[in-house]
Amino acid sequence: MEVPILKQGAVLIATFQAALSDADLNQLRSALVQQVVRFRSRGVIVDVTAMDVMDSFASRTLREIAHMIRLRGAETVIVGIQPEVAFAMVQLGLTLEGVATALDLEEGLAYLNQKFKSMK
Amino acid sequence: MAKRDESSELLRELVAHLRQNRTQLREEWVGRISETRLLTAMTKEEIFAEATSVYDSYVEALETETFEALQAYARNLSERIIPRGVETHEVVGIVLLLRDVLARSLFAKYQTDFKKLNRILDEYEPAANRIANTVAVGFVQERERVIRQQQEAIRELSTPVLQVRERLLILPIIGVIDPQRARQLTEQLLRGIRTNRAKVVVIDITGVAAMDVTVANHLVQTVEASRLLGATVIVTGLSPEIAQTLVTIGVDLGKMNTVGDLQGGIEQAERLLGYKVMALAEPS
Repeated sequence: MEVPILKQGAVLIATFQAALSDADLNQLRSALVQQVVRFRSRGVIVDVTAMDVMDSFASRTLREIAHMIRLRGAETVIVGIQPEVAFAMVQLGLTLEGVATALDLEEGLAYLNQKFKSMK
Repeated sequence: MAKRDESSELLRELVAHLRQNRTQLREEWVGRISETRLLTAMTKEEIFAEATSVYDSYVEALETETFEALQAYARNLSERIIPRGVETHEVVGIVLLLRDVLARSLFAKYQTDFKKLNRILDEYEPAANRIANTVAVGFVQERERVIRQQQEAIRELSTPVLQVRERLLILPIIGVIDPQRARQLTEQLLRGIRTNRAKVVVIDITGVAAMDVTVANHLVQTVEASRLLGATVIVTGLSPEIAQTLVTIGVDLGKMNTVGDLQGGIEQAERLLGYKVMALAEPS
């Protein structure tokens, strides 16, 4: 199942659906980086609101996505982690360290706009 | 086969006797209840009303040899009398008194036929014991349910998540935190962050004297989970003992934002949110 990636100005928005396989996650990682290059995006938002469980593979993939995108000079924000999912994640030691997070899409966009301003 | 028939025959006789003498036996029972000073939390009228229901359920359970209706009644009764302050020993006491009163009436009736008395008691005793058991257990289970409910309510009351500014939450923690309370705290806080769209949370633990390693770890997890929801956590009011515990478990203090006291914490939170507090004029 392909994750849709939408373009909003200089920002790409990828919205997770509920159950993503490892293959889907890998596909998303490649697709996002390719699109960042193609559109010269400055920011990426990955919306995981629909995810009701986050395993270590998904967590690692998100960190890899953020890392790869930073190498292209763009910033990644993960948004929409649900309280129950956040709780389960920290108990498993999955902290998404080094990756920016925000409450939801609105906050994620605000964060990126702030970042863009300070980078000027 | 004959034994079975005889047994049901005796049971019918027993139930008939109890029904025929219902009024008198019930009065005797209520009398014994006042004598032994049980159910002091209830009025005479209430005791009489409940006694009637209990007596009838008792006889019905004896007759049908099924106890579900009695169980349901016992739980219902418990729900009503527990808030009145009725205690377990009182409930067990009155059921045993009823058993005694009924047994005595059987002794009186069959006093000339010892063999028959024994056979009647063979029917009566197992059922009577099972009834006493059912009622007592029903009462205790209801009590335990109420206690659990109250504990839950206390826990919720004692960890309020308060919004003091737009996007700023305060979680003042007072008292003892056990792992269960810590967990509940985290869940409430995360929900609060989402509901209030908080960007900064100040967790004040001035009122917490000590915390063990498990709870300290839980605090760290709470900070991390809050970050995943886009909120920054400032912890304030760490006592020397707690500071020691955190250092001992090797908490990465780079991950935890701490400030001395609540006032300082709020001031820093305001800075983070871009607020500035200024005095306008001399207070009148």
